[in-house]
Amino acid sequence: MKTIRASIIGFGAVGRGVAQVLLDKNDYLRSIGIDMKVIAIADSRTAVIDPHGVDLASVLSGKKETGTVGSETISGTEIIRTIDHELVIETTPTNIETGGVGLVNMLAAFERGRDVVTSNKGPLALKYGEVIAAAKRSGSHCRFEATVGGAMPVINLACDVLAGNRVISMEGIFNGTCNYILSRMMEEQAPYEQMLAEAQELGIAEKDPSYDVEGIDTASKLVIVANSIFGMNASYKDVTVAGITRITPEALSLANADGFAIKLIGEVNDGRINVAPKLVPLSHPLSVGGTLNVFSVQTDLAGPVTITGRGAGSIETASAILSDIISIYKN
Amino acid sequence: MRVSMDLELKDIPGQLVLALKPVSEFKGNLISVVHHHEKRTPRGKIPVHLVFEIKSDHLDNIISLLEESGISVVSVDEKRYLEHGAVILIGHIVHTDIQDTIDKIDNTGYAEVVDLNLAMPRINRPSSASLKIDAVSKEYLSAAIELLKSIAREKDLLVIEPIRVN
Repeated sequence: MKTIRASIIGFGAVGRGVAQVLLDKNDYLRSIGIDMKVIAIADSRTAVIDPHGVDLASVLSGKKETGTVGSETISGTEIIRTIDHELVIETTPTNIETGGVGLVNMLAAFERGRDVVTSNKGPLALKYGEVIAAAKRSGSHCRFEATVGGAMPVINLACDVLAGNRVISMEGIFNGTCNYILSRMMEEQAPYEQMLAEAQELGIAEKDPSYDVEGIDTASKLVIVANSIFGMNASYKDVTVAGITRITPEALSLANADGFAIKLIGEVNDGRINVAPKLVPLSHPLSVGGTLNVFSVQTDLAGPVTITGRGAGSIETASAILSDIISIYKN
Repeated sequence: MRVSMDLELKDIPGQLVLALKPVSEFKGNLISVVHHHEKRTPRGKIPVHLVFEIKSDHLDNIISLLEESGISVVSVDEKRYLEHGAVILIGHIVHTDIQDTIDKIDNTGYAEVVDLNLAMPRINRPSSASLKIDAVSKEYLSAAIELLKSIAREKDLLVIEPIRVN
């Protein structure tokens, strides 16, 4: 049995999902020789630290009741710097302008020789090369499946499962909010503004939806895919981006009459990274509805491989984080 | 372009090979060859129907080579546009001179707008249109769509193009 001491930095929907999943899967993890011990949890204001292992159930219920994780006021970054542990689970909110506290946390973790598993897109979309180089220097693992496609295995599919294949190009739908709005506009023949309002009411879209609907979220994910799967050295500014705000219900009907759906498609092809609404034949595997995400890679040996799944959600994203943790420590 | 051709061969050995040679010499891609050995023309010759793809400037050379070899070329039918594409446009399509947008594609000589469906919900609201474009080849269809995208940038229109289908 290998004991892995971990911190969870960031305790929003994803961080809580990770705590829940670690609780639920504790027996399974032990059965494959991994003894996960969460020694610290921090949100943006408070923290809890226990070198013998934090009681995850009580922190989860405490967070629900009081909105805080504990009584300590030490920051996540300080925990990473000062408390001895092996794995930092970085789930702070993403910042696409500067990389935010997530970037600081990741670099601090590598400085101390700790491994990082993260769902935080910002730092990797902005400074992929710097982050990976820092991890390499310290011999740390850095895994980030949860940054792209939520529950869908994207990076691990292309890099591990399809190992030996050369990935020629890839395309997909990486934003459930946009997919929901476009699907509903088509169903109801309703304008964009109305279906955005519905999505906001259901909690599918944020109050400020620009990050999703302008294609910024999809673009950030594509940068990570381009760098990790295609070995590019791209950053957010290399992506040509168009969002869905100009799509009209009439355009959706005209497309439908010709046998197409309109979807916000992200693609990496021939060294180009592109986000734009595209016509997708209704019978094509990429034509999935609702909040679903879908991802298709063209490979030299296996041909096209397409998977679809939930692109967001607390437990779904935690599932990707768990798979990264297991792949680091199972051997 | 795709060419469909009716030939008449003499009923002596080696004629079919002679008929196919010019097509292959000019790097044509044969799609089908139907050799009607049982049907004789009134002149006692054997009708052959060929379909092949070829760069348009080579067609005349092929016809002269065939005639030089004593093969009669009875009819030639060219189908210029092989590729069909569809795009959606959104924006002030009519007020930004729709005729000019279409003319610029038609004037390329390799592509044409063959169908247009327009929806104009209300004055001052953006219109939507579906445009069908025919082009001489896949490459030229992409070139026509790229041209449309550059026109659209000037006119602040959004072009929604199809995904690549493998």
